[in-house]
Amino acid sequence: MSGVQLVNETVGVPVGWYLLLSVALFGIGTVGALTRRNGISIFLSIEVMLNAANLALVAYSRQLDQRTGQILVFFVLAVAAAEAAVGLALFIAVYRQRRTIDINRINLMRH
Amino acid sequence: MEMAVFGLFALLALGSSLVVVAHKSPIYSTLSLVLTLFSVAVLFVLLGAPFIATLQLLIYAGAILVLFLFVIMLLNVGREEGIPGGHRVQLVTAILGALAFTGALWLLLRPALGAAPQAALTEELVSLSGLAQELFAEYLLPFEIVGLLLLVAVIGATVVARRPTADELAGGAGAGGAGSTGSNRAVDEVEAADATTPSWAADEDRAGGGARPASFPGGGSLAGGAAAGGEAAGIATPGVRP
Repeated sequence: MSGVQLVNETVGVPVGWYLLLSVALFGIGTVGALTRRNGISIFLSIEVMLNAANLALVAYSRQLDQRTGQILVFFVLAVAAAEAAVGLALFIAVYRQRRTIDINRINLMRH
Repeated sequence: MEMAVFGLFALLALGSSLVVVAHKSPIYSTLSLVLTLFSVAVLFVLLGAPFIATLQLLIYAGAILVLFLFVIMLLNVGREEGIPGGHRVQLVTAILGALAFTGALWLLLRPALGAAPQAALTEELVSLSGLAQELFAEYLLPFEIVGLLLLVAVIGATVVARRPTADELAGGAGAGGAGSTGSNRAVDEVEAADATTPSWAADEDRAGGGARPASFPGGGSLAGGAAAGGEAAGIATPGVRP
């Protein structure tokens, strides 16, 4: 590993900018998850929110010089894969029953 | 230089995530999410996490989004209808709520590190062997648990999304009125509700038995339902209202 030359510029991007970007992405994902009516679009918005959280974790990992944040992102990726698989399977099952995945029409629990 | 790369890909991530949220067609949303994930992966590289960036591209953009696209095309999800007037309130409320929430989040995060200059990139932070050692030594148990979680998720997704077999349809029809008596109540109830719609049997005939592709169990029924045309309207309101 001694041959690896790492670039350490003194003028880097402050970590606060990464956190600001992460918060902005999270907010965008929140608006999408609250306003969309198509189930799959809501899922995509949630993926944006997950990515914003991952970005914040990696930024903190860089700033604090600890790998724990990166390992947490690793687990988040695995759980997101499981969530996508189960969620999309649920949408397929719901679509078989109702012929729609518009969440305004999936209101069985309301009645 | 680093600042320029950050600015470019941060703007790209923001713009493409706006498209993800705002576009009415799920296909364009998904393809735009690929761009968002790629931009965030570039930022991961900037932050000294090349392995996480690779995982992001391989797993997220390579596998999960393909699954999304597959389901969108399988279900033939179209564009959302235009938002009627009643939903304006929902939109405004959501934006205001998200703004308040992100403002609070920013106030929470900022005092910790917001004004600090960037820390130096150390070699052990970037090295893959250090990450692997920590992952497989200190975090071995969570690693195993996540593997188990993935296995359970795969089994669960298969059970939920598969098409009920003819035997189960017959059994579900017999027990349909009296409720399920099987060991797996949730699945039985779904299948019993399926069995109450007589068009499933018609789908079975239409799909032609062995002609149905065996690679994906749901493909046959959905194609059959789409081909049934008029019968699809009958499925839209199955007798599942309590």
